[in-house]
Amino acid sequence: MPHTHPETELHNPQSTKPPLDPHLKALENEAIHIFREVAAEFERPVMLYSIGKDSSVLLHLARKAFYPGRVPFPLLHVDTGWKFREMIAFRDEMVEKYDLDLVAHTNPRGAAENVTPFTHGSALYTDIMKTEALRQALDAGQYDAAFGGARRDEEASRAKERIYSFRTPDHRWDPRNQRPELWNVYNGMIRKGESVRAFPLSNWTEVDIWRYIQAEEIPIVPLYFAKKRPIVERDGMMILAEDPRLELLPGETKREEVIRFRTLGCFPLTGAIRSNATTLDDIISELETATVSERQGRAIDRDQAGSMEKKKREGYF
Amino acid sequence: MTAPALANAALDETAVALPSQEPARVARDSRPLRLITCGSVDDGKSTLIGRLLWDTKAVKEDQAASLQRDSKGKQNDLGLPDFALLLDGLQAEREQGITIDVAYRYFSTDKRSFIVADTPGHEQYTRNMATGASTADLAVLLVDARVGLLEQTRRHATIATLMGIKQFVLAVNKIDLTNYDRSRFEQISHEFKELALSLGVRQVTAIPVSALKGENVVYDGRASMPWYEGPTLIEVLELATTRSAQTVGFRLPVQRVSRPGESFRGYQGTVAGGSVKPGDSVVILPSGMVANVTKIVTFDLVRNAAVAGDAITLVLDRQVDVSRGDMIAAIDSQPMTGLAFDAQLVALQAEGIQPGKRYWLKSGSRRQRVQVQPISQLDLKSGKWNHADELPMNAIGKVHLAFDEQAIFDAYEQNRTTGAFILIDPDTNNTVAGGMITAKRAAIGGIHTEDSRVILSLPADLADQLMATEIFAGRREDAEVRRLTAARAIEIIDTIDE
Repeated sequence: MPHTHPETELHNPQSTKPPLDPHLKALENEAIHIFREVAAEFERPVMLYSIGKDSSVLLHLARKAFYPGRVPFPLLHVDTGWKFREMIAFRDEMVEKYDLDLVAHTNPRGAAENVTPFTHGSALYTDIMKTEALRQALDAGQYDAAFGGARRDEEASRAKERIYSFRTPDHRWDPRNQRPELWNVYNGMIRKGESVRAFPLSNWTEVDIWRYIQAEEIPIVPLYFAKKRPIVERDGMMILAEDPRLELLPGETKREEVIRFRTLGCFPLTGAIRSNATTLDDIISELETATVSERQGRAIDRDQAGSMEKKKREGYF
Repeated sequence: MTAPALANAALDETAVALPSQEPARVARDSRPLRLITCGSVDDGKSTLIGRLLWDTKAVKEDQAASLQRDSKGKQNDLGLPDFALLLDGLQAEREQGITIDVAYRYFSTDKRSFIVADTPGHEQYTRNMATGASTADLAVLLVDARVGLLEQTRRHATIATLMGIKQFVLAVNKIDLTNYDRSRFEQISHEFKELALSLGVRQVTAIPVSALKGENVVYDGRASMPWYEGPTLIEVLELATTRSAQTVGFRLPVQRVSRPGESFRGYQGTVAGGSVKPGDSVVILPSGMVANVTKIVTFDLVRNAAVAGDAITLVLDRQVDVSRGDMIAAIDSQPMTGLAFDAQLVALQAEGIQPGKRYWLKSGSRRQRVQVQPISQLDLKSGKWNHADELPMNAIGKVHLAFDEQAIFDAYEQNRTTGAFILIDPDTNNTVAGGMITAKRAAIGGIHTEDSRVILSLPADLADQLMATEIFAGRREDAEVRRLTAARAIEIIDTIDE
């Protein structure tokens, strides 16, 4: 596919959108600044792309940051093999539409040993198929910087993250040994083997993400919108039941419900919510009156106390 | 409370000082307010933020349930959960009951959104306090009503002031434990006023608070403190101003050169001061080359203008040598360039700042080697600057900076981006100091800052004609030509005539 020619695109005919409000504009400017800084200071950056709403915003901001050039680094998708099918289709569509370089990686050990969320439990499964897989992919690409879409409002240990999160050669995060981060001056000096995880969305909240998706008309996976879908109820969560690998346990039945997802991960570990929100307006107003947090539907946060912190220390995003 | 009513309340004796002309009717600023909470250990910072989150409904049901679960056995006699657990998310913090690292939290009211940096009180974690202060618009200083001001209060107020924070809230916390003693509150407010004045801070609001009971945080505490008629904490925060636009001219530290094809060359960066529009003449530093802006490119459209904070791509009207680390600036309001500067800094790491050591300095996108010579250190007890040869961890010091090649700065007071820098230890790659440029010095140790190049300022077409003549053809290395618009050249000639 030919790369877009900058001169012909400078006057964007679709720019009929109203200007962003100052709050979102400030967040956007900050994120673009971080993207450019990392791209300029590191030799081999990569962007972690998980296909969720935060990734969609991250990708949009990356395209903005380097416009009229193309995104100057590859996207890395750690594919556990258990993502929602609609996510993979959406990923491939984005890669095609925006002329992106995609690296998809699945842990070969996990695949060979047939590690699944059902056979190994969510904690071990996540460790092998996500954390270990991520480390493999980062090592293989010799990436010295990896962008992630993490936000500080997501979880208590995330609230402590720097914009540049320093990692040792074996990808470990030591919360006591992070560099002070003053103003918007980021220290990108590392030794060979060390790396930095960079988080351009650090200061965004969930509502900011949705309002920005709406204002910028950013495409997202349709699973975020309510629709009648087949589900089973398991461990207090409603799991999407369209993948043939999902085997019903004794006493479980498949039924149809109007549901949507507030967050997207691996389908067996991600709970749906009952919702009639079929538009972005609906989602935003639902969110503004929501009484539970975004991650209550994510099994992996709840494995044990300090769960996310522990995963991060071991190299999880 | 409405805005005018709040302004009146602030005139009450409980407000220690007021800005001279802060209009109450200004349009509401919809940008998030960044604030920092600071104070000594056990002053209740985490409890205060937890209370802010709780009372502004930022805590969701599942988080509240975890909080209740985690608080088991730690409930106070009011039966409330331990709000600090909302903040101290790390295992080690929970084990020790202290805040180790700066945590950022987000909450909002109907009127505004907030980003709060909850920073540790322990002296050993001063670097995290400085980190939080560097981006904050306002500082909430907590004092335990029973204990009063401590050295840590002075340290934090001083660092906050150095970092350019001009709005302080003094939260006299645990006022319930003094039986809501008005005279105690007034005494502490008075002492803090003296401290603030000595630091040059004019805008302080003192509030008697019980973070635990939620009095004067989001809800007022009139039932317990009828004598206090001032604003609650949230009312002050809703009306506070974000960092003001800076007074110096256009600044664009160049982060990246964008060359997607032969036909396009743009300079990418975030506007760090002033504004720019197509047609403006700009100077590229340190080379001193001059060009005109032809386009401001962003993803959505070609823009008519860009202002401080905007992340843009600038296109110039001629081929000039511009690379990452250079600065594009307004031609008639240029930053300082030189080989030596004075600065203040906060030493952030155990090894302190060693005299004569060559560090990396990063300011904006520019990174260069620098030799640092400590001059003096601030004594936090007396407020005096004492002579110092080196600066230990957590010290606030004045230093000389000596560079090998031209450095480009504004005074921090005039521009919080182009006047700020970090020092990086080349041995460890760690960030060892945060610094603020105070002034330029003419010379250090025999290094002279002025070079002897000839600078010609001429209208662009005339400059090109001259450089094409035989006289100049062989002497381009000696002369630096600043190409100006004809109108600007006439202005300059006019000033020379005077």
